[in-house]
Amino acid sequence: MVDSNNKTLGETLRRNGVSRRGFLKFCTATASMMALPPSMAPAIAAALDKARRPSVIWLSFQECTGCTESLTRSHSPTLENLIFNHISLDYHHTLQAASGHAAEAAKEEAMHANEGKYLVVVDGSIPLGNPGYSTTAGISNLQTLEETVAGAAAVIAVGTCAAFGGLPKADPNPTGAVSVSDIVKDKPVINVSGCPPIPVVITGVLAHYLTFGTLPDLDQYGRPKAFYGTSIHDRCYRRPFYDKGLFANTFDDEGAKRGWCLYKLGCKGPMAYNACATVKWNEGTSWPVESGHGCLGCSEPDFWDAGGFYNALSIPLGEVSRTASVAAAAGLVLGAAAAGLNYKTKSEAKKRHGRVTVEDLEKTS
Amino acid sequence: MIEPMDFLLWTRGTAFDVAVTIFIIGVIIRLFEIVSLGRVKSLAEPKGTEFLPGMKTVLTRTLPNGGTFKRQPLTIIAGYVFHIGLLVSLLLFIPHIELFSQTFGFGWPGLPNPIVDAAAVLGIVGLLAALWNRLTNPVMKMLSDKEDYLVWILTFLPMLTGYLAYHRMIDPYPLAMGLHILSIELLLVLFPFTKLMHTFTLFLARWYNGAMSGRRGVES
Repeated sequence: MVDSNNKTLGETLRRNGVSRRGFLKFCTATASMMALPPSMAPAIAAALDKARRPSVIWLSFQECTGCTESLTRSHSPTLENLIFNHISLDYHHTLQAASGHAAEAAKEEAMHANEGKYLVVVDGSIPLGNPGYSTTAGISNLQTLEETVAGAAAVIAVGTCAAFGGLPKADPNPTGAVSVSDIVKDKPVINVSGCPPIPVVITGVLAHYLTFGTLPDLDQYGRPKAFYGTSIHDRCYRRPFYDKGLFANTFDDEGAKRGWCLYKLGCKGPMAYNACATVKWNEGTSWPVESGHGCLGCSEPDFWDAGGFYNALSIPLGEVSRTASVAAAAGLVLGAAAAGLNYKTKSEAKKRHGRVTVEDLEKTS
Repeated sequence: MIEPMDFLLWTRGTAFDVAVTIFIIGVIIRLFEIVSLGRVKSLAEPKGTEFLPGMKTVLTRTLPNGGTFKRQPLTIIAGYVFHIGLLVSLLLFIPHIELFSQTFGFGWPGLPNPIVDAAAVLGIVGLLAALWNRLTNPVMKMLSDKEDYLVWILTFLPMLTGYLAYHRMIDPYPLAMGLHILSIELLLVLFPFTKLMHTFTLFLARWYNGAMSGRRGVES
């Protein structure tokens, strides 16, 4: 599957009928999305135009293919999609035509031909509980990852499973799932979290890599700051309602119809860092909060264990009222015991209480 | 490695359950003990009633005392500003009400965030003024012991972290929220064993003072 026809990105785009104007518009948009100065747009254009197809090996571990669906289907046929197509996807066991030994051979070939230069994209978490929980061609995910990453330039962990363990890692984590960055320590790992992540983030990261040969600025979770730097809450168009104290109490009340804040209905926007509120989904059509459902916080570690999706963020994870009732009952029992002890002390003190007569007082004085 | 999100989940989960359990058991034991201890029956002939004078004192001691105000204006002002700010931000902030309604099964209307925000600022300023008063006023300084400063810190931390979390001044937010919840858990755990118990005992004490005076036929 290694393409000997080594066209530049510019050639591929022109062949697909993309105009110079359309290409420059994309470069300007990318520059602004990546929080780069507008003056960088021509540099991005020049670099992308000349960029050769980077070799990409895509590994799928414990995942649901939702990330692949999100990236390959949502924007077609846009520039993002063309750029995605342009990269030499040498191995992707869901998308590639080859199967079995031929597929594995293609991966080996790509790894040798592009030693030290290829990118590894991972979706899905890696099970450490038992290597047999998830294998490809009889090889455990852990072994595949370690072997493939050894000669890679960088690793892009796509989706919350690859970035943080995601759903497979949800309590009680039956497979002992871990994230890519738990295993890969000696190569740059970029986390593109989300369940699924926003496709534009992937092309943004690729454009950055093709333009500068480096990876973009990352936050403390290894996510590109340009996309994950601000919370959903801070960019939410319903934020004014939160500030005014106007909330939807159910999904069909007056507040919901008027588009008020979804905090009480469990929106996790305040703790979620992602670009949904600005980039939106399905070619900028809408995003969860706009469609009337609170944010699940899917781009955050352990979002699956962060309480009920329909519980407000301020509500504790346990059953507070039960804990409180049990504690109150225990308090009453212990209080009664304390009262009993005090009563005993009091009555003993009363017994020991001596009587003083007038004669006694005269004696002492 | 403790991730901010792990920390937040811990404070919202296990730590919260532990803190609430200690708080409720502790408060109930102490109140039960106080009430069950009772009082030695007074054999003196009553010169008045107990109930109404007791209730009246609950009210009058809640209002500022003119004499004290003249002598120690800062004590009164800082005390009121802080307590009003604290109660408004504790009881009328929507996310807090969500927590109460989850716990008790019923809620109440809240205030818009900018108003709660202003109340929180007043509360924080009031607490700082109270500390300044405690440190500079010779009488207050002499009366203060370690517990007073401990209780001040326990009250100040939730207000400060809450303000920082609301304004998202600590990054990332899960860390800010986790710190806020942890500071409240610290407050809850130490609450029953410190002067913070006055939250519940003040009404008992005020009523009792008034009732005693009423029985003796004097004004409280």
